[in-house]
Amino acid sequence: MDLDDLNAIAEKERASRKKTVIRCCTAAGCMSSHSDAVKAGLEKAVRDSGLGDRVEVRGVGCMRLCCQGPLVGVDPAGIIYERVAPEDAASLVASTEGGATEVRRGDPNHPFFRRQLSIVLANSGEIDPERIESYIAADGYRGLHAVLIEMAPKEAVDSVIRSGLRGRGGAGYPTGLKWATVAKTPGAQKYVVCNADEGDPGAFMDRSVLESDPHSVLEGMAIAGYAVGASQGFIYVRAEYPLAIKRLQIAIKQAKQIGLLGSGILESPFNFNIDIRIGAGAYVCGEETALMASIEGKRGTPRPRPPFPAESGLWGCPTLINNVETFANIAPIIRRGAEWYAAIGTAKSKGTKVFALAGKIANTGLIEVPMGTPLRQIVEEMGGGGADGAKIKAVQTGGPSGGCIPAHELDTPVDYDSLTRLGSIMGSGGMIVMDESTRMPEVARYFMEFCMDESCGKCIPCRAGTVQMHRLLDKIVKREATASDLATLEDLCDMVRHTSLCGLGQNAPNPVVSTLRFFRNEYLDLLRPEAGGEPAVTAGAAPTQSKEAS
Amino acid sequence: MARVMKHASGDKRFKILEAHIKKFQGRQDALIEVLHKAQELFGYLEDDLLLFVAYQLKLPPGRVYGVATFYHFFTLKPQGAHTCVVCLGTACYVRGADRVLAAIEAQAGIKAGETTPDRQLSLLTARCIGACGIAPAVVYDGATVPRQTPELAVAQVKGWLPHGP
Repeated sequence: MDLDDLNAIAEKERASRKKTVIRCCTAAGCMSSHSDAVKAGLEKAVRDSGLGDRVEVRGVGCMRLCCQGPLVGVDPAGIIYERVAPEDAASLVASTEGGATEVRRGDPNHPFFRRQLSIVLANSGEIDPERIESYIAADGYRGLHAVLIEMAPKEAVDSVIRSGLRGRGGAGYPTGLKWATVAKTPGAQKYVVCNADEGDPGAFMDRSVLESDPHSVLEGMAIAGYAVGASQGFIYVRAEYPLAIKRLQIAIKQAKQIGLLGSGILESPFNFNIDIRIGAGAYVCGEETALMASIEGKRGTPRPRPPFPAESGLWGCPTLINNVETFANIAPIIRRGAEWYAAIGTAKSKGTKVFALAGKIANTGLIEVPMGTPLRQIVEEMGGGGADGAKIKAVQTGGPSGGCIPAHELDTPVDYDSLTRLGSIMGSGGMIVMDESTRMPEVARYFMEFCMDESCGKCIPCRAGTVQMHRLLDKIVKREATASDLATLEDLCDMVRHTSLCGLGQNAPNPVVSTLRFFRNEYLDLLRPEAGGEPAVTAGAAPTQSKEAS
Repeated sequence: MARVMKHASGDKRFKILEAHIKKFQGRQDALIEVLHKAQELFGYLEDDLLLFVAYQLKLPPGRVYGVATFYHFFTLKPQGAHTCVVCLGTACYVRGADRVLAAIEAQAGIKAGETTPDRQLSLLTARCIGACGIAPAVVYDGATVPRQTPELAVAQVKGWLPHGP
């Protein structure tokens, strides 16, 4: 397999393309609305109408507007159909030849689509994720070819450094720097690990990337392997994502078959294999040291850093760990150049970020926007505002480790540093919109319950602290707490944040702290007077008891 | 070591599990993969089955038990004939998953994490199944169903429950 062979595969794939392509979403969101039956219906309708030589039906990855699934796109007409049912198949196929169809059309020029800038999701909804030829026809594996044939490993690392890419898993550590550390650490055996343990509730970006374009992740990992000197990769993926696992298995098998993984890749001396490791439902395994313990077949508990995985990771060997979206950015950076990538985004946050829009918002689904896009543009323009016209109260980012950004701060540009300044974090990219019916102390209790359950129990501040914080929050929500309970809660937040071993504990207080910062009145309204002391200070609406009394 | 004996007497599933372990060349770091397969074959991880895995991988039983109890995905109790997993991810939560769960709990007379006494229905919750775009979502016997309401959910599980008074 060399460049000519790659080009030949791409050429053959393009030549076999029919005049009209009907793309049917086969990612998990639409699948749950029976898009597999829609696809089968479309295929049958094409056969029945004898249009097989002019129309092809292609199963593709996520087409982004998940709330209107199953989605079907028709090219080259550029039409998107929403909520397609299997019964619609015949009329939809007939419409490609001038017939009429009643199926509801989406608006491809809606800001939800128009405002997107696709790098990571460029192939999502376009290519068939279960056919490597489809990826190769979309310039796939050209980045890998370029580094293997034209670049020294150091040049590949330099490219990533110059691109300014930062880790998309949440913390935003400069990717190039991490690569450089692993590359310069001596070791006969090194590993590349892809963290696909997307545990934040409300985040489904990585799932979509794996389901829609698995080869982009494999290619990114192989490039990383070459750059840092590793010959073995692992993808650690959640057991909750069976479709993503299946597509990864198919992708790895196909890449091996044609010599894009394995030994002597693209006729170079470079060898690289990728194995899948399936998680078993532990949120803490998203933390890199816990993840490595889990890959080694142990309980997923974190350990202190240093030593960092870059120096001593899997089985004590230098290990590079990046997130799914980070790896998916690599091949485009190599193919199109670091400067091209660095020109997108803000001064300190380069490139694009994929977000999962969900919650009380009109348009739920996946978006990819340049870093620095104002939150208001994402939520109001692209997301179409609150669901059923409700007023947006806050946007939660960063999952249980993040915070709530109030409506009056919506003009904040979305980048690592601005979100941190507001007491939230970029996180992996989940964005949950909350409206006026959402009560913030309950949200804080919800996240604390999550952290309490998911605490691995290794360090005391997190194990015991989350339990105590949850009890206090529960007391507050049930209107049984006093002002001194609230003070205790705030003390505990501070203590747990500063003394926990890993990110789970250190960030567990974030939802409490951020809701207290912006919605303190909601907490105060729930407090009851101290027994035998001064009545608690209340602000805003009067407590329920006095309402009943009046 | 009852199961090891039983294996000798020929439950085919142990043979399949053994072949799976061989695929990993008996590597101890494949423990989680092996437990996944064991649960897939047997439905849950009985003590004897864990002992069998420990024996095969040459691991102390305590290590195997420790791993099996650490991860939520593994269950040490038999499950019902049907499963219903209510997603309690944030997106589902703000769209009313708690009310969906409460309705099913009331209908089935069990709490989340429990199985009905007749072993017909296991009610489980998930942290997030990544179906946030179609929240609230519930997984009935492995099939994810979008946009659930308390009424829809009750209608779905009703058929699996014994007919009440």
